[in-house]
Amino acid sequence: MPSPSDLAAIWLTVKLAAVTTLILLLIGTPIAWWLARTRSWWKGPVGAVVALPIVLPPTVLGFYLLLLMGPEGIVGQFTQWAGIGLLPFTFWGLVVASVFYSMPFVVQPIQNAFEAIGEQPLEAAATLRASPLDAFFSVAVPLAKPGFITASILGFAHTVGEFGVVLMIGGNIPDKTRVVSVLIYDHVEALEYAQAHWLAGGMLAFSFLVLLALYTLTGKRRA
Amino acid sequence: MSIRARFRLDYPGFALDADLDLPGRGVTAVFGTSGCGKTTLLRCIAGLERGAGRLDVNGETWQDETRFVPTHRRPLGYVFQDARLFAHLDVGRNLDYGMRRVSGADAASRRAAVIDLLGLGPLLVRLPDRLSGGERQRVAIARALLTAPSLLLMDEPLAALDHARKQEILPYLERLRDELDIPLIYVSHAAEEVARLADHLVVMEAGRAVAQGPLAETLARLDLPIRLGEDAGAVFSATVAERDAEWHLARVEFDGGELWVRDSGVPVGRHVQVRILARDVSIANSRHDDVSIMNLLPATVIAHAGEDHPSAVLVQLRVGATPLLARLTRRSAQRLDLAPGREVWVQIKAVALIG
Repeated sequence: MPSPSDLAAIWLTVKLAAVTTLILLLIGTPIAWWLARTRSWWKGPVGAVVALPIVLPPTVLGFYLLLLMGPEGIVGQFTQWAGIGLLPFTFWGLVVASVFYSMPFVVQPIQNAFEAIGEQPLEAAATLRASPLDAFFSVAVPLAKPGFITASILGFAHTVGEFGVVLMIGGNIPDKTRVVSVLIYDHVEALEYAQAHWLAGGMLAFSFLVLLALYTLTGKRRA
Repeated sequence: MSIRARFRLDYPGFALDADLDLPGRGVTAVFGTSGCGKTTLLRCIAGLERGAGRLDVNGETWQDETRFVPTHRRPLGYVFQDARLFAHLDVGRNLDYGMRRVSGADAASRRAAVIDLLGLGPLLVRLPDRLSGGERQRVAIARALLTAPSLLLMDEPLAALDHARKQEILPYLERLRDELDIPLIYVSHAAEEVARLADHLVVMEAGRAVAQGPLAETLARLDLPIRLGEDAGAVFSATVAERDAEWHLARVEFDGGELWVRDSGVPVGRHVQVRILARDVSIANSRHDDVSIMNLLPATVIAHAGEDHPSAVLVQLRVGATPLLARLTRRSAQRLDLAPGREVWVQIKAVALIG
């Protein structure tokens, strides 16, 4: 049976993934919109930066975020000046790191959806008196709904599955930064295989169900 | 009341350089082969494309050197070739999309009238992907009309449809033409649609408007005989005046005379477009009643011009106020001494009623 500390880690993981996904939908949508429609020279570099976490080892990302958010880093100096204190080894530090880490998994499906919609429905909306902002919310977002669903599922699941970045930024503080993936590592280190099984098996089932849902949904849409 | 449009737009390999003066009411057809710039012209008028130039629509300036009214602030309706219905909204909510964004009283009664005009009653709860191509285009037309536009633009609304679907929509467009009191600019490369619907014609070639004017006048021009379909010819409007049940013939009256045509069931009083091809018109210096041809009309020679083949000439005539074209051999033209101003009789072998 999962112990109270296991349940606390599960709750923390869910909270982290939910907050991260929400923030990513808010900041990822404008980025995806811009990437899908711009003809600017900056499209390439910005797209590449967004996609970096796909190829970078999480430790590399975590290392640089740690430096940036640390006492000597620009972000760290800003947060101290603003009275927030330092972000590393806090829940919100994990959120910031997760936002970067999971960004491509949210931005890319939304960007693809916007690209698939194209200019045409928006032109039609303009001839029907809808301002660009109006057309964005009344036409582009509803038409891109499948992209938003995919983005939310992938962003959530990917955040649940992170390990390296958490270890670099958050460490292993119960109730604050100890998420499921880290706790499994702890259990295995301590040779508590039964406990590890509960969590690892749970993660396996969760991941399978998420992907199953995703492929069933997208499969139905194509049919 | 007029539409004045002047646009310049340069793309790699294509330049639009159009200067148009269009009537502020009725149907103006913009006719030309694909790639001649007619769609680009329409997009410039809608503000979907930004070319240098100026646009005044019935006294309002939509674009000049300093001003560019964005599309969503222009009181226009636009029907795209591919309908572009919103896939996430059913037909009723597609119709409401534009209507809700314009203020105006009697919205409900206008909605009912437009739904009735385009026969959309049974379709209102369907999603666009459950509609046929023709139904989609009718919804798109209704959706544009419901914004109460002061200018309606249609970009080849029938081009993507097969022949049967076209025949299904054309009567709706004709009703629209007769009931609408706003100008309609209709882009098409299909001669039949132009002849059936238009009052005014603009002919585009390589980004330029090479001819513009009233339909009958423009079609009868000798300097650029415009082929509507297979051959040069004249198109003008007429009214059905009488139907002869014994011989299955109908008499139509036009500005300059009357013609007997095959009775195709069009009721008396109905407005029709008449097409007479140049090759079906022959000319005589006196009236001959001992021929099989029914339609003999007095006419005046206006001008003539050479044709593709050196043996042929195209003669422009006028029957009353209505222009007509005749194709003759050069020898016949010389033998009859068809100088401009000469009074002759035309014998019309075939008359087509097109809508």
